[in-house]
Amino acid sequence: MTNGENATPGLWQGFVAVIRRDLLLAWKRPGDILNPLFFFAMVCTLFPLAVGPSSEQLSLSGPGIVWVAALLATLLSLNSLFLSDFEDGSLDQLILSPQPLPLLALGKTVAHWLSAGLPLVLVSPLVAVTFHMPGRTVGVMMLTLTFGTMSLSLLGAIGAALTVGLHRGTALLSLLILPLAMPVLIFGARTVALAAADDAVSAGIYFLCAYCILALSLAPFATAAALKISNE
Amino acid sequence: MTAKLSGKDLCLLRGDRCLFQNLNFALNRGELLLVEGQNGCGKTSLLRAIAGLLDFETGQVDWNGQSIMANHQSFRSDLVWLSHRVGFKGDLTLVENLSFEGGLRATASELLQSSLDRLGLARLTELPFRALSAGQQRRVALARMLMAKAPLWIMDEPFTNLDSSGQALVRELIAEHIGRDGLCVVASHQSIELDAPVRRVPL
Repeated sequence: MTNGENATPGLWQGFVAVIRRDLLLAWKRPGDILNPLFFFAMVCTLFPLAVGPSSEQLSLSGPGIVWVAALLATLLSLNSLFLSDFEDGSLDQLILSPQPLPLLALGKTVAHWLSAGLPLVLVSPLVAVTFHMPGRTVGVMMLTLTFGTMSLSLLGAIGAALTVGLHRGTALLSLLILPLAMPVLIFGARTVALAAADDAVSAGIYFLCAYCILALSLAPFATAAALKISNE
Repeated sequence: MTAKLSGKDLCLLRGDRCLFQNLNFALNRGELLLVEGQNGCGKTSLLRAIAGLLDFETGQVDWNGQSIMANHQSFRSDLVWLSHRVGFKGDLTLVENLSFEGGLRATASELLQSSLDRLGLARLTELPFRALSAGQQRRVALARMLMAKAPLWIMDEPFTNLDSSGQALVRELIAEHIGRDGLCVVASHQSIELDAPVRRVPL
């Protein structure tokens, strides 16, 4: 008989198993990925049509619009992050598994970024064309969006975990996350605007990177604690 | 001799309703704890609290003489949990669902095939989980219990949705598990006959 000598596989294996499962799920339900992406692309392409074709005005407002659209698209996809796990009982199994819950929560967050944040970053150069962004600005925009969407996924996971037990917690989720996301939005949009004006951008990029690392080191623990409370 | 799994002076509140108080139990290797009671009397809550998913108002549960809150990591690797929400993804195939367990528990991958054979699921491995009947889904959850090879089984209504041969199989699996010095905590309306001691907790 097993005398409690059950070894747990390595942490890395557990981490990868969660990511692989969630990506496989996303692959089998592509609509969940495409919806926020379409939203992002639509907002960014409709704005120039509504504002008018003046290239001066568009390159001035472009960074802000792209960033707001990215933020809202990420919020849109966050709601479902833990919902299906909560409803089908997977969350019980994750909490009761021998692997540490913050690690599994981080795995789910990484999978979310890979299926929601990364496609957004990859699509952004296409929408940048509509705002007459020059090449260097596009590069800076992609870099800031990378760090920004990572931070948003990590912070959003906390909010998604807190609201998973509530029905229709979307509004509450936005209220919880938006204050934390404000620095990302402000620095992200401003850095891209500075790049468009040929100004120095490294300070803003450093800040976004630091914010992302801070979120990376703290958010998984907060998410795990929130999941336990929500699952009671 | 201290019991392997014991609860002392347990009290659980849900909202402002007291489900039970001053509840005590002790369970040793090779024993079964049967939680009995009517619908809505708190059987599932008691099981969730023993597993550590809920907090007791007072009292504590000990595993190997240590509080499960203090050594939750080792407690969880000794525990498998089965409830009516089985925790599988409808879009993934049976084998994709079960091989996920391999990342969580060391023995899971090598025991995958034998567990599937044991529960008569070997022919269904490539079907998406949602295509299975409710009884077959329960069998997949039972396969996961076998894969975990953990000493403590906590089962909430293990007989739900199963046909008579499935129910007989659950009885057989429990008897085998107890026979190998395992422990079982079961909430059920059905009686379970065993050669081993069955401790009862009426709620």
